[in-house]
Amino acid sequence: MAGGGGRPLCGKQAAVISVGEGGRLHPEVPVLQTNNGPGLTGLITIAAHLVKQAKKDQLLGSTAEEKAVVQQWLEYRVTQVDGCSSKEDTRIILKNLNIHLEDKVYLAGNIFTLADVLMYYGLHHVMVDLTVQEKEKYLNVSRWFNHIQHYPGVRQHLSNVIFIKNRLYTNAH
Amino acid sequence: MRLRVAAGGPAALKVLAAAGAAAAPVRLVWGGPLEQPLAPLSPPWTPALELDSGTVLFSPNAICQFFFLARGEEPTDLTNQWLEWEATELQPAASAALYAQLVHGRKGLEAVEVLGKLLVHIELNLSRRGTAYLAGDTKSVADVVVWGTLFPVLQDETSLPSELQVLRTWFQSMTLSEACRKAADSVLMPKALLEFKSYLQKQPPPCLAMERATSNEPEEEEGSEPALTEEEITAAVDAWARGVAALPKPWQPQKPVLPVEGMRNVLITSALPYVNNVPHLGNIIGCVLSADTFARYCRLRNWNTLYVCGTDEYGTATETKAVEEGLTPQEICNKYNAIHTDIYRWFDISFDYFGRTTTPYQTMIAQDIFQRLLARGFLLQDTVEQLQCEDCQRFLADRFVEGTCPFCSYEEARGDQCDKCGKLINAVELKNPQCKLCRGVPVVKPTQHLFLDLPKLEEQLEPWLEQSWATGDWTANARYITRSWIRDGLKPRCITRDLKWGTPVPLDGFRDKVFYVWFDAPIGYLSITANYTDQWERWWKNPQQVELYNFMAKDNVPFHSVIFPCSLLGADDNYTLVNHLIATEYLNYEDGKFSKSRGVGVFGDMAKDTGIPADIWRFYLLYLRPEGQDSAFSWSDLMLKNNSELLNNLGNFINRAGMFVCKFFGGTVPDMVLTPDDKRLLARVTLELHQYHQLLEKVRIRDALRCILSISRHGNQYIQVNEPWKRIKGDEKDRQRAGTVTGVAVNMASMLAVMLQPYMPSVSLAIQGQLCIPPDCFVLSHNFTCTLPPGHRVGTVSPLFQKLEHDQIEALRKRFGGGQPEDLAVEPQAKQTPPASVTLMAPGDPELIQELTEEVAKQGNHVRQLKANKAEKAQVDTEVAKLLELKKQLALAEGKSPEVLVPKGKRKK
Repeated sequence: MAGGGGRPLCGKQAAVISVGEGGRLHPEVPVLQTNNGPGLTGLITIAAHLVKQAKKDQLLGSTAEEKAVVQQWLEYRVTQVDGCSSKEDTRIILKNLNIHLEDKVYLAGNIFTLADVLMYYGLHHVMVDLTVQEKEKYLNVSRWFNHIQHYPGVRQHLSNVIFIKNRLYTNAH
Repeated sequence: MRLRVAAGGPAALKVLAAAGAAAAPVRLVWGGPLEQPLAPLSPPWTPALELDSGTVLFSPNAICQFFFLARGEEPTDLTNQWLEWEATELQPAASAALYAQLVHGRKGLEAVEVLGKLLVHIELNLSRRGTAYLAGDTKSVADVVVWGTLFPVLQDETSLPSELQVLRTWFQSMTLSEACRKAADSVLMPKALLEFKSYLQKQPPPCLAMERATSNEPEEEEGSEPALTEEEITAAVDAWARGVAALPKPWQPQKPVLPVEGMRNVLITSALPYVNNVPHLGNIIGCVLSADTFARYCRLRNWNTLYVCGTDEYGTATETKAVEEGLTPQEICNKYNAIHTDIYRWFDISFDYFGRTTTPYQTMIAQDIFQRLLARGFLLQDTVEQLQCEDCQRFLADRFVEGTCPFCSYEEARGDQCDKCGKLINAVELKNPQCKLCRGVPVVKPTQHLFLDLPKLEEQLEPWLEQSWATGDWTANARYITRSWIRDGLKPRCITRDLKWGTPVPLDGFRDKVFYVWFDAPIGYLSITANYTDQWERWWKNPQQVELYNFMAKDNVPFHSVIFPCSLLGADDNYTLVNHLIATEYLNYEDGKFSKSRGVGVFGDMAKDTGIPADIWRFYLLYLRPEGQDSAFSWSDLMLKNNSELLNNLGNFINRAGMFVCKFFGGTVPDMVLTPDDKRLLARVTLELHQYHQLLEKVRIRDALRCILSISRHGNQYIQVNEPWKRIKGDEKDRQRAGTVTGVAVNMASMLAVMLQPYMPSVSLAIQGQLCIPPDCFVLSHNFTCTLPPGHRVGTVSPLFQKLEHDQIEALRKRFGGGQPEDLAVEPQAKQTPPASVTLMAPGDPELIQELTEEVAKQGNHVRQLKANKAEKAQVDTEVAKLLELKKQLALAEGKSPEVLVPKGKRKK
């Protein structure tokens, strides 16, 4: 589930990520145990921490605006994407993302960021189950997803989701 | 940059406060509730920040973050952690609390328990770090975001529990800061919250997964609503249009009710209440009320239904009671039979006949079954070692002996069964037996008794059970208890007793004995029916035409699933055997047991003195019917369910629907022009109706009640979204829309009246009267149809339910002795002392208990946090020791035995 997000970016594995515990209401929230100081709790928090550790700060955005946009999509990932409980919720998220990605290469515009990585991990189980027709319907999401899964180092243990290049349903969307 | 905020929107506060705190140069634009969403990806009511570059930020926390970033304050691990925690944990809980406050009118923090745990989390973090603010000694984005979410719920720090001292200080200093104060002043005008309330009412309630732990709530997840198919919608619209013609004519059976060829003939029995005591709420929901609800449902389905019950009057307990009260057994029975009859009449139980077992028919039928068993060789004779009290000059029947349970050593076990471990006991096996009458020590003497040869009958019993289980609805507990009885091996079972008050045994050598009550009592179903109609055999010797439902609490299962069927199978006279055995679990009283001797709990005859109408009692008992697991009666929950479900949901909807017809359309149902939205609603209601049928056909009475409440919830949302009170003042099209909405709503109310009838017959009748629903509509089909067509005149509409007030409920709780720690705590071992001196145990001080409970929670969190942070083992151990000590103190304060509690309280199986 949520735990996988930090892995690809972690240069030196000087820490242990455990899922669960921590006296929280959502037991699946990951916790990072570092050698110094108290642990960190939460997917975004841990991922951002590891990004900085790995000195890849550009993944969090450079300007204030970019940083806020990245923050916004990370938040969208843990509240909206993780919070969706029904097919209907999922459909709305795919529809919204499809609109958002219509004129953008990445979630935050023209730069690849942590938001893309975590969103990829959050949506993988959804994308795997989409039919060919649905993938065409959410064409921009599919294009983005296919792009991200081929980004070096991102996909890791997850399965490759197949997208067909030529369109089958001309009326779709 | 432009910041667009909706007045009253809950996130408005934090973005304004953040803009103020970071001194961001924003242009503020107020949006109204009816405007388009402020950003394409955000729900209405959330703020949006349009940056000069054209980028729109729609997430409140990202907006706050941006203000701080813009002036050079970079996020840290800590601020990130707080922001993420706020978004995923605090925000959902706070929304739920706000919803409970605004929509259900609950006060302060009582609304959402989860919020309390989150507050403790903040308190612990602040106090452990020893900093003034969440992420250090200066105010950061984290403080503003968390404060902005808490403020609408708390309003000021005094609503925080006083032991959260550090949190209080932090919250107060935040509230007093200029940025927060200004933001609060501009956003939380009372009017803004009101507008927000009306918005909330149109939304489904926020769902909080972790809020659903209590056993009184339905077990299944209320996930999203299933999508409707086009076929379902078309079918619902067709059914609606057919109107009353689509309904079958209500079936009016002849009196007395007898099975009818070609009809579904349903025979319903409720376990016979024992005559010598007054039934408590648990007894009432356990059988009589459950069976009544089902019987009413069957009649509404046009099934030919007979519901019989009566008092079980023979046996030892009556004799002992007669001795106590100085009356003859018959006088005792007459007295208590009248009490029972009154109670059930008050609860509006629709028996076709409520009889008793002390009748000539009982003797006739019981002796006939006995003779047939004897003739077919299913009875054994044996010498029994029995306890005889030499002082009283009599053999002591089971209930005349008390002693120590041979299985669990409970010292107050009765001669037939142990109240503590529930095992059946042979009186001679009791340790330290005592005669209940004279407290003398009885001696064991041999005497002759008759036994039902259960091992021999087992080969008939098993195929019958298999067939009944395959075709009928037996509750899971009924199957389980029966299975374990058979697995333990059936033994011959004594059917005679040395008593006078009973059905005499018609056999030489046994004429001074009577039938054991459990051989005799179930035969009461037959004899009571015989007293109702001389053609009783058409019900009881007619398994081809009759379907038999037995209702009972789980302790009665073996007698109905094994012993009585064995008697009837052995008697071999084509008896009607049980097809559906419906057993409930137990209802507790405010987390303890009902106890007449300690005056704890509400008993049938007192319910009417509470001033709460019978239908409210029926509703609440059925709402928490112990279906599948034990449940507990609670006064505050009763108040809550009355005020939220009945008053605000069901009553509010039906009343509004009726009022709109009266106020806007002169009391005549208006014309309806259905839009696609209306059609979807019809289909949605039809789905709920189908669900209702599916559940009730399986006798899942409690769950089916949820369907009713769910329909009225749909109705409330429908009215709230369409606002007929506004449209009625609009143009022709708006007025027509108001008419359609009112018409559909009042028809929903009409169907709810019918669906509600099994649960709340008087309320159902009141709705029928108010809306002038034709009697022919009082029948249940699978269709939601337009029963009140345009032109139908309704009567005078008035409110159906009354609010229960806190003071009134507190007074009742005091009067009926609920929730007092000493009652909670009385374990069977402690009952030794006579009832009057039970208070021997230190009475718990509620404040102390409260305080300790919180301490335990706090310390528990602390320990978990330490473990999560992989703290030193020694430190963890110290803190764990503190936690255990606190738990022990709490257990003592509650009067529980502390040893049991320490290993994480796994006492329940």
